[in-house]
Amino acid sequence: MSGSSYYVPTSSKWPIFGSLALGIMMAGTGTWLVHGPVGTPVMLIGLVAILAVMGFWFRDVIRESMAGRNDAQMDRSYRWGMGWFIFSEVMFFAAFFGALFYVRNLALPWLDGDGAKGVAALLWPDFTASWPLLNPPDTSIKGPEHVLDPWQLPLLNTVLLVSSSITLTIAHDGLKKGARSRAKLWLLITVLLGATFVCVQGYEYYEAYHHLGLTLQAGIYGSTFFMLTGFHGLHVIIGTIILATMLVRVLRGHFSAEHHFGFEAAAWYWHFVDVVWIGLFLFVYVL
Amino acid sequence: MASLPPKHPVQQGTADAAGGADAHHHPPKGLLRWVLTTNHKEIGTLYLLFSLLMFLIGGVFALVIRAELFQPGLQLVQPEFFNQMTTMHGLIMVFGAVMPAFVGLANWMVPLQIGAPDMALPRLNNFSFWLLPVAFTLLLSTLFMPGGAPNFGWTFYAPLSTTYAPPSTTFFILSLHIAGISSILGAINIIATILNLRAPGMRMMDMTLFVWTWLITAFLLIAVMPVLAGVVTMMLMDINFGTSFFNAGGGGDPVMFQHLFWFFGHPEVYIMILPAFGIVSVIIPTFARKPLFGYASMVYATASIAILSFMVWAHHMFVVGLPLVAELFFMYSTMLIAVPTGVKVFNWVATLFRGSISYEPAMLFAIAFVILFTIGGFSGLMLAISPADFQYHDTYFVVAHFHYVLVPGAIFSIMAAVYYWLPKWTGHYPHLRLSQWHFWLSVIGVNLTFFPMHFSGLAGMPRRIPDYSLQFADFNMVSSIGAFMFGLSQLLFVVIVFMCARGGEKAPAKTWDGAVDLEWTVPSPAPLHTFETPPQYRPAEADH
Repeated sequence: MSGSSYYVPTSSKWPIFGSLALGIMMAGTGTWLVHGPVGTPVMLIGLVAILAVMGFWFRDVIRESMAGRNDAQMDRSYRWGMGWFIFSEVMFFAAFFGALFYVRNLALPWLDGDGAKGVAALLWPDFTASWPLLNPPDTSIKGPEHVLDPWQLPLLNTVLLVSSSITLTIAHDGLKKGARSRAKLWLLITVLLGATFVCVQGYEYYEAYHHLGLTLQAGIYGSTFFMLTGFHGLHVIIGTIILATMLVRVLRGHFSAEHHFGFEAAAWYWHFVDVVWIGLFLFVYVL
Repeated sequence: MASLPPKHPVQQGTADAAGGADAHHHPPKGLLRWVLTTNHKEIGTLYLLFSLLMFLIGGVFALVIRAELFQPGLQLVQPEFFNQMTTMHGLIMVFGAVMPAFVGLANWMVPLQIGAPDMALPRLNNFSFWLLPVAFTLLLSTLFMPGGAPNFGWTFYAPLSTTYAPPSTTFFILSLHIAGISSILGAINIIATILNLRAPGMRMMDMTLFVWTWLITAFLLIAVMPVLAGVVTMMLMDINFGTSFFNAGGGGDPVMFQHLFWFFGHPEVYIMILPAFGIVSVIIPTFARKPLFGYASMVYATASIAILSFMVWAHHMFVVGLPLVAELFFMYSTMLIAVPTGVKVFNWVATLFRGSISYEPAMLFAIAFVILFTIGGFSGLMLAISPADFQYHDTYFVVAHFHYVLVPGAIFSIMAAVYYWLPKWTGHYPHLRLSQWHFWLSVIGVNLTFFPMHFSGLAGMPRRIPDYSLQFADFNMVSSIGAFMFGLSQLLFVVIVFMCARGGEKAPAKTWDGAVDLEWTVPSPAPLHTFETPPQYRPAEADH
């Protein structure tokens, strides 16, 4: 509350371009999935357009911030906006975690004959429930031969991501205390840790596909494994890009010790991605 | 955008400039003004016009359904096309008509009711709107695709919507993603606006019920639209990439689709009714010339409904083969919702009690809302009884129930809101006589359409089937006549709105005798920019 004149930007062309770009990308994606490769270039054009629009839009916001347009009230709007956006992301992951728990604790035992009704068990009388599900009920769907050992690459990734949250906090502390060279160094380390995580995850996917028979098509284990880790990996990639952008901004002398919500928002996002990983490590890999 | 736009000069309209069209800015003309705008009033208008268009398109689909059902047997359309019509009617009305109408009203009225200069994030606001035409162009284009549009009902249950779906389903999923992004971003904007941009001195418990209900609705939207995005993504993967989420052969479960869908779907129905509660709670005190009875209990009741909405989803799935304990849990939790809803209805009636009531069109729609929504609430209570639901499930009784809460519920509240605030938007009163005709034709049409469905449903007529047994013929003929009556009388609504935009009796700043909220302190029509300097809010002045 308060603030004598809240900054209301005049007209902007980025929202309409962004909408059209998203429409082009979705139309291209649909065409690709339904009619084949003819849609691919359209999808890519849409994607590039979206990235360009995001670039220009954020550039405007950064310029406004640098010009001192954003008072404390505007700053609070951005904080609420980012906070609720992260909450929406939490709920997106919750849907996939919910699917995982439902399948493991209810759907598979029911297929095995558990429960008062037991009709589901009539479909495949020989089916035995297990997790990881190596033998899906329908034998035409080939389950994975092995699953990943949590105490190798996934553990390494856990160490990488948790330490990246710590290094990011050190960088943030440096920024707040005006120790900019410390901020630069530790932010760089954070970005490198994030990038390493993505590489390790990529290698893990390669292993899964080529040596373990663990694929997207390998029954419900493959479905939940790749959708959960895949969407998380996508968020790590996006988060790394955001942090790299913040690094460039710090190097260019943006942000002050008091006023650096762009950096903080990136940090919030990164910590959120980290927390999701903890959940993944526990429920997808270990348990 | 090389140079930065200047800050708007401070020019605060006051009540003294009542009816002053001269206080109106003259912004750049032409189409681009609307495309690029960041103004909450212009974006609100865009939302409302878009919603009206979708309402008419969805209405035409409904009339195709009712025309086919006018008599038993197949007359007009093939069953396959009938299925596409039921599906598209539901999707268009839910995601294209009702939700955008409420967002449009929020855009216009939330900043005016809390004394804010605009929405908190104006460019994001414009983005949220323009995603909608893109999403619905994509959705409507599926009608012209090989294999036709989605044909599995608006609830798109797997495996009908995965294994047995037409190819256009992929486009439907992608369009729903875009509409979902629009809803989430819009909701974030509304929350940020309400929490951060209230006029100095305005506490949370000073906000109007419309603002309160929208705050809670926005929370629901952010909580469940991502779940919808998740479930349609699983469908997309099952259809195109061979995953097994909803395929029992791979260890998945089609029933899991229903759980995920209704975890979104039940809060979604409150997303479509909570803002309606807010509108009615603002209109009834105005025309009863009394403060709202039980303001605080209204707020707590709304919050209770929102919280309970996360715990009742499986009452849509009583016949799917749930464990007994789940049948019982979801039956009782659903019945609990009647308590806070009863508090609301009681408060509306208590507000009317011994009021100096006048029956302006907005008030007519609001009162019809209270009565007819309550009928829908009672049939909902009947459906909540799990053992009885085994009989009602998937019959026209369910259709009657949810149309009573959505048409004379959500839609009537939107009509009431339009009649209530049109003078503030256009500076003119809507044509009184025509508005009354519109109301009475609508209220008679709506009851003719949906009341007989209770009977045909209880007698066992299944929904979503293009033909029916002869004993249902009379009820269906009445329903179809009522539907055409309701549908055609909405053309009158369009005429009234456009007449009102062009001219009519001039409205003062304080348009209605008993109106107390902040929006009535700015001139009618509201100038393009209002409250650029926040007003000092004094609770005594706008006492609840």
